[in-house]
Amino acid sequence: MNSVSKQKYVTNKQIERKLVQLRKRDTLPTRLIEELRKRLGDHKLTSAQLNRIIREISAAYDNSLVQPGEAVGAVAAQSIGEPGTQMTLKTFHFAGVAEFSLTLGLPRLIEIVDARRNPSTPTMNVYLDEEHRAKEQHAREVAQGIEQTRVERIAQTVEIDLAEGGIVVELDKDLMENKGVNAELVAEKLDNVRPNLGEVTRDKNRIIVTPELREGEEAMHMAKLQKTFDKVRDALIKGQDGVKRVLIKKEGPELVLYTEGTNLKGVLRTKGVDTTRTISNHIHEIAETLGIEAARQVIINEAKDVLDEQGLDVDIRHIMLVADLMTATGEIRQIGRHGISGEQSSVLARAAFEVTVRHLIQASVIGEEDNLNGITENVIIGQAIPLGTGSIDLFMSPSRRKKK
Amino acid sequence: MSVTQVITADTYDEDGLPISSGLMDPKLGTIEPGQRCKSCGNRVGECPGHFGHIELARPVVHVSFAKLIKKFLKAICRRCARLKLKDESFQKYKDRMDAHWEKFGHLNQEIADEVLKEAGKATTCPHCEAEQYKIKFEKPTTFYEEKMEGSVRLTPTDVRDRLERITPDDSYMMGIDTRVTRSEWMILTVQPVPPVAVRPSITLESGVKSEDDLTHKLVDVIRINQRLRENIEAGAPQLIVEDLWELLQYHVTTYFNNEVSGIPPARHRSGRALRTLAQRLKGKEGRFRSNLSGKRVDFSARTVISPDPNLSINEVGVPSEIARTLTVPERVTEWNIEDMRELVLQGPQGYPGCNYIVRPDGKRIDLRYVKDRKMNADGLAPGYVIERHLRTGDVVLFNRQPSLHRMSIMAHEVKVMPYRTFRLHLVVCPPYNADFDGDEMNLHVPQSEEARAEARILMLVQEQILSPRYGGPIIGGIQDYISSAFLLTRKSSIFNKRQSCQLLASAGYREDLPPPTILKPEPMWTGKQIFSILLPKGLNLSLKARICQKCDVCQKEHCPHDAYVLIRNGQLLAGVIDKKAIGAAQPESVLHRIAKDYGNSEARRFLDSICPLLVVLITNMGFSMGIDDVILTPTAIRQIEQILSDAEKEGSKLVQIYEADELQRLPGRSLEETFEMKMIEILARARDNAGEVASQQLGLDKHAVIMTGTGAKGNALNLAQMAASVGQQAVRGARISRGYRKRTLPHFIKGDLSPQARGFVVSSYRKGLNPIEFFFHAMGGREGLVDTAVRTSTSGYMQRRLINALQDVKVEYDGTVRDSTGEIIQFKYGEDGVDPARSDHGKAVNIDVIIERVLSEER
Repeated sequence: MNSVSKQKYVTNKQIERKLVQLRKRDTLPTRLIEELRKRLGDHKLTSAQLNRIIREISAAYDNSLVQPGEAVGAVAAQSIGEPGTQMTLKTFHFAGVAEFSLTLGLPRLIEIVDARRNPSTPTMNVYLDEEHRAKEQHAREVAQGIEQTRVERIAQTVEIDLAEGGIVVELDKDLMENKGVNAELVAEKLDNVRPNLGEVTRDKNRIIVTPELREGEEAMHMAKLQKTFDKVRDALIKGQDGVKRVLIKKEGPELVLYTEGTNLKGVLRTKGVDTTRTISNHIHEIAETLGIEAARQVIINEAKDVLDEQGLDVDIRHIMLVADLMTATGEIRQIGRHGISGEQSSVLARAAFEVTVRHLIQASVIGEEDNLNGITENVIIGQAIPLGTGSIDLFMSPSRRKKK
Repeated sequence: MSVTQVITADTYDEDGLPISSGLMDPKLGTIEPGQRCKSCGNRVGECPGHFGHIELARPVVHVSFAKLIKKFLKAICRRCARLKLKDESFQKYKDRMDAHWEKFGHLNQEIADEVLKEAGKATTCPHCEAEQYKIKFEKPTTFYEEKMEGSVRLTPTDVRDRLERITPDDSYMMGIDTRVTRSEWMILTVQPVPPVAVRPSITLESGVKSEDDLTHKLVDVIRINQRLRENIEAGAPQLIVEDLWELLQYHVTTYFNNEVSGIPPARHRSGRALRTLAQRLKGKEGRFRSNLSGKRVDFSARTVISPDPNLSINEVGVPSEIARTLTVPERVTEWNIEDMRELVLQGPQGYPGCNYIVRPDGKRIDLRYVKDRKMNADGLAPGYVIERHLRTGDVVLFNRQPSLHRMSIMAHEVKVMPYRTFRLHLVVCPPYNADFDGDEMNLHVPQSEEARAEARILMLVQEQILSPRYGGPIIGGIQDYISSAFLLTRKSSIFNKRQSCQLLASAGYREDLPPPTILKPEPMWTGKQIFSILLPKGLNLSLKARICQKCDVCQKEHCPHDAYVLIRNGQLLAGVIDKKAIGAAQPESVLHRIAKDYGNSEARRFLDSICPLLVVLITNMGFSMGIDDVILTPTAIRQIEQILSDAEKEGSKLVQIYEADELQRLPGRSLEETFEMKMIEILARARDNAGEVASQQLGLDKHAVIMTGTGAKGNALNLAQMAASVGQQAVRGARISRGYRKRTLPHFIKGDLSPQARGFVVSSYRKGLNPIEFFFHAMGGREGLVDTAVRTSTSGYMQRRLINALQDVKVEYDGTVRDSTGEIIQFKYGEDGVDPARSDHGKAVNIDVIIERVLSEER
């Protein structure tokens, strides 16, 4: 028929109409339709071809769907666990040239699935708002506001002066300037430390903290002085508690702060920070400040980054499933006996995993029953497991059929 | 429950007969074949075994419950034995517990713990106002009450007395389900004696009977129990009775758990600690993990594997000896009865034969002991089942440990072969992670039609070509297959008619040759042509080969390195075939497209035809690597020496700067760290530059370079180490620094920081390492070995935990992902419901491929 009439190509409008139709039918994911829209523009198509393409894509999509009963959990676990054998054990890797190190590879992956409360290298990527992201100077201001500055870091000396009966802090001008603080601020902060350290007197860059004598105490105890000394030395003057170091790096057109140590809550409150993009790699911290959905995303991102960095190709769906399982209850659950495995409903499954005896004893006391819904239980009693072809049963009684 | 009381602390008498009311009383069940059980009258297989009991002279604490007993003692009143909770708070907890009961049908330990904790705080009883004392618990089984006048020991009798008086309502709140148990049962007055089947005695070759550890322990219990009873009855002094009571407690405790902290484990005469009940259950070798979660199976075989490139990827070569031992049950029907008779006549020794006949009444005939098989063959009738030998074409499961992913167990078709190893195609090595340096693999024969169907449809090798991990092929060419593919398809390779025919014949191609590319002086075909013949018709695809030099502007099919692979309508028009095109674990490769667009069968056909061809090609051409592959020209060697000595100078300058304290500290690094980092950088650069010189020298005419370039084996670093310089050896990510005081070896002066003194290996492998370099190299190498060993165990444990946490998760019919309790984990799997194994490298649909296909077809 093409030979008779001149070949007619569909217009963009027609394509658009088709795509909108497709979208309304809701059989294909939006992302796929969007991709299709992009690709179709590159070709000249007849209407028949367009229909054919859409038909074939729909068919291919239907073909790619998971089937009911598929053991997606086991496959996800294998897909993440198997490459673990190929990962390096090297803990440290230098992000960039000479900056701080990051835990990567297998140890980090274990940290993620363990949902550790204290990851070995917590870091934040602090993005800046429009005012601060362009100029080095502005970025530095924000950095100074984030980086924790303790007395120790800005003082020449911190000493116990027995003659004064207190702690003498000799502040360093250059260091203070570098950190963006001044002696007044230091004195003020020291005065505000609770519980009270004692009387704070300032003479230019020299600050003396004299602990107060409690009732009944006649002279200053050395032990008490020592305690106060420690407190003065570690007193937080500026920045966010826990943020050990801040680095300014150029990332494309903008400046980004990288931190060693995290304090997301504090940083999000700091002026100049873009709160919509700033993130931490500390899963629990994210869960507390931004909520469980954010924590899920961080688990996914962190795990994916670790695998990508090692050059291991793992489908994102596997990682998503693990993250979803870890966060399904609204709280972060570890993969292991203190989390998901310890909360399994079946006694047999729990006993077969770890701490066998305790689970059995426990079950005997409260009179647990096992409904044999899980995999381990059914393996133990020697039945087909309820997965894949085993999750299908025939509800037909042969004897009844005979009667007919 | 008990069939007999056990009184005698002995097992057998002088004649070797079990003593009645002893630990091996025949009433406890039989373990000897042929014997009938005195209790149930069944024989070995049917008799389940029966418990006996020991009546303890005095009650003792059950160790495993000791902690709970402590909590109970604290929580109940010492006078009225009521739970020390005020009524209102009792009610509050009760409501919660009731709710949980309603929902799950059992008690909640957490609520019970809260109850016990709160009740334990009360200093006076809210019910009878009696004063309460602190309960002290001394591990593992002793309790004290701390009164004003001092601690008073609570004997198990006292404890039991209190626990007995707990009301059912209180029990319920404390987490004791009175339907199944009672709190005073945590104190034992009677000890169960497990059936003999649980603790069989072993007769050694010398005729000496050796008893099980549990029996030994029971002997101890009975003996002490007896002494205790006698002493009590004789009115012995309190002190002696208490000592014996304590001893009884010890034996009962270790009977249950021999690893209780606070007491020494009971030992065998040889000094080995006894393996009692708790030890039998727990751990990797315990009952749960070793016998319940994992079971030994019949119909399996294990032997060494070896390669066979002439098999199909779906096949496995099975030694005839194994084929004669493993059997498949086959039902005799009217249609196969003649064949079955033939098998029976062949018997267990002949092949193909048959090992057993199962008659319709269930009786098995073992053909090994049948003299005249003719009778059995004639007696065969429909309804009989014969267990025939494994035959070529049967489907079996093939497995290599560690079974890290589902491709570690795949179904293969049997091909019975001579000799004694399993044979498999090399292309399936990657999924199994197998090599042939002595690896062994297991084989299992499915015994039912359903199992065979599932194996064939779901587990066959060709069905596993696409990995669920990333939606790409995991099966594909390795090593020489890749080198050979490169040799075949590079521009310079042309073949005359004889060669072409030989190659194509090995691939199983039986049709006409296409028109030759070169006509004179004789007809010649290009390697690309020959490769194209085996490609599926209509395949369209383009990709960049592994040898791609990553030029700034890609010239596509006009690539000077022939690295742009272009396939149009099933013809390889440009580019060489290497790892990127047919390698294992390469997404977006030729193999991937074939498997995805033409199906698994076509992919298998492709591999089955191309692989033998490649083997023949590389065998004919010859492909090897020798030392001349890494020998450089004198100029290049001089150049490399120059680079290395320059680096050395630079290094010593750095040392000077460092020692003069003039080094600029990097932010956040100590001076020493800064120095080390700079040094490492200098040396790494030197090695890379040296390697660069070497690789410029070594061209594609060297086989070693072909291997690294195509991805067949090795990498550029390996080449550089062989040809130029081995480079810096590292331990724990830093230069080697330990050994002697302030120096690595006594050959250096103290504090020497120069490259050579800290493990820099200047020599190449070709040149050879001097003794010092060799030593450093060994240090670095050892670390690598240790690393691998540690990694396997840590990653193995992570995998076990992942599997355990995720194994119950599956997709339901409504498309949701749920765990075994039906809790929803995801509403739609992976947010789009796409199975990664059926996806196209993670994407649901490859739109480009479809568009291209539609357009090319309609043109």
